[in-house]
Amino acid sequence: MEKALVPLVLTLKVAGLATLVSFVAGVTLAALMTRFRFWGREFLDAVLTLPLVLPPTVLGYYLIVLMGRNGWIGRWFYETFGITLMFTWQGAVVAASLVSLPLVFKGARTAFEGVDSNLEKAARTLGQRELAVFFKVSFPLAWRGILAGAMLAFARAMGEFGATLMVAGNLPGKTQTLSLAVYAAVQAGDDRFAAVLVAITSLVCILVLLLSGKVLKSQYLREVER
Amino acid sequence: MRGKFRLKLLVCCCILALAGAFAQQTEAKQEELIVSAAASLTDVFQEMGSAFEMAHPGIRVVFNFAASGALLQQIHRGAPVDVFAPADQKSMDRALEKGLLRAGTRRNFASNRLVLVTPGRATSSIEDLQELTKEEIAWVSIGNPETVPAGWYAKQIVILEGLWETLQPKLIFAESVRQVLDYLNRGEVDAGFVYETDAAISAGKVKLVAVLDQGEAILYPFAALAASRKQDLAQRFMEFVTSEEGRTILATHGFGNP
Repeated sequence: MEKALVPLVLTLKVAGLATLVSFVAGVTLAALMTRFRFWGREFLDAVLTLPLVLPPTVLGYYLIVLMGRNGWIGRWFYETFGITLMFTWQGAVVAASLVSLPLVFKGARTAFEGVDSNLEKAARTLGQRELAVFFKVSFPLAWRGILAGAMLAFARAMGEFGATLMVAGNLPGKTQTLSLAVYAAVQAGDDRFAAVLVAITSLVCILVLLLSGKVLKSQYLREVER
Repeated sequence: MRGKFRLKLLVCCCILALAGAFAQQTEAKQEELIVSAAASLTDVFQEMGSAFEMAHPGIRVVFNFAASGALLQQIHRGAPVDVFAPADQKSMDRALEKGLLRAGTRRNFASNRLVLVTPGRATSSIEDLQELTKEEIAWVSIGNPETVPAGWYAKQIVILEGLWETLQPKLIFAESVRQVLDYLNRGEVDAGFVYETDAAISAGKVKLVAVLDQGEAILYPFAALAASRKQDLAQRFMEFVTSEEGRTILATHGFGNP
């Protein structure tokens, strides 16, 4: 049981940080893309959505080629700062952020586009600056859609397997998240431990779903009452 | 007009899908032999399969390459495999204990050696196993000893040299010996344990440091599986591997006689 605690804590840490990263990046990108029209906008949208449809192994390959110790970006990073993402939990965070980004981004973009632009215009006529319009009007109105996207992103980050295995490896106690630990236990024929891990994972996922349902519902009720 | 075009497109897609399904069906008429083999046998067995298919028209050999431990688990859980060829005696012994083998078919067909290698473009240079403790060696890749025979062999030797505890923080476990090789090829690790035959494939990309033959001899066994319905075919394949032609193929890939 205690042996299962290490991958559980690591998984929550990685998924939590990955959700944070994809939340900030996804919401910012979605807000900018709703606000500004520029050449190649839909192409950028497609690129940002790509991790959702690409096999995780393809993403893992891209990450190794870019971020590896001999990768295009990774080599410079390693030679300058002496650090690399390969075989570290930070590498797992990068992989999980990448796969969960489209879920936040898509949710946020749809939510922002659903905001009545008259309300934003009204705020501007009242002398509010662009940033204030965003934080006082657009963001609060789009919040529900963004939150739904972030919940899905967290669940996706928790279950990330392919890209993580390729970039962060499967190092017990270091980068071995729940999904990787289940894989390792089954491969080694340790069915008992696999069963414990599977039960824990299922339990955590059910909790996340229940919690998100509750948060979204109470948010909705508050809005209806208003 | 657009609707008509869409309809045409849909019809075309359906026809293509049907054609694909039929093509597969005709292929299925060939007899198939499924061989689960150690990852280190990937290249040599692919060539072996082609040669066997040439000699036996109408038969298709399908390979499933992975770490021997993982293959054993698949077979134990009922994977429809005809021949099992792991890289160690331990996996085969376990298969025997579980009653998965057909009695009397087990046999050793090749031998190999474990080597320590570094990436070819490595700036650091080490000359033997003991030097893995040097500070400039940050990461050493090894197959997961639980499932990968190459990793298990390596672990035994490292323990024998009294380095297991010291090296522990540097070890990067891989899912198969070929993943270790890939990490080395890309220069993502500073050293790694692979078989001599793997190192030969990546000659130029990896540098041989030392041959590690202080551990137990590495012998590849194979056997037909009790649950297989193609005992005849399995037997013929195993005979082919141990035949003159089979031995030549094994030798050109650097495998020794058992």
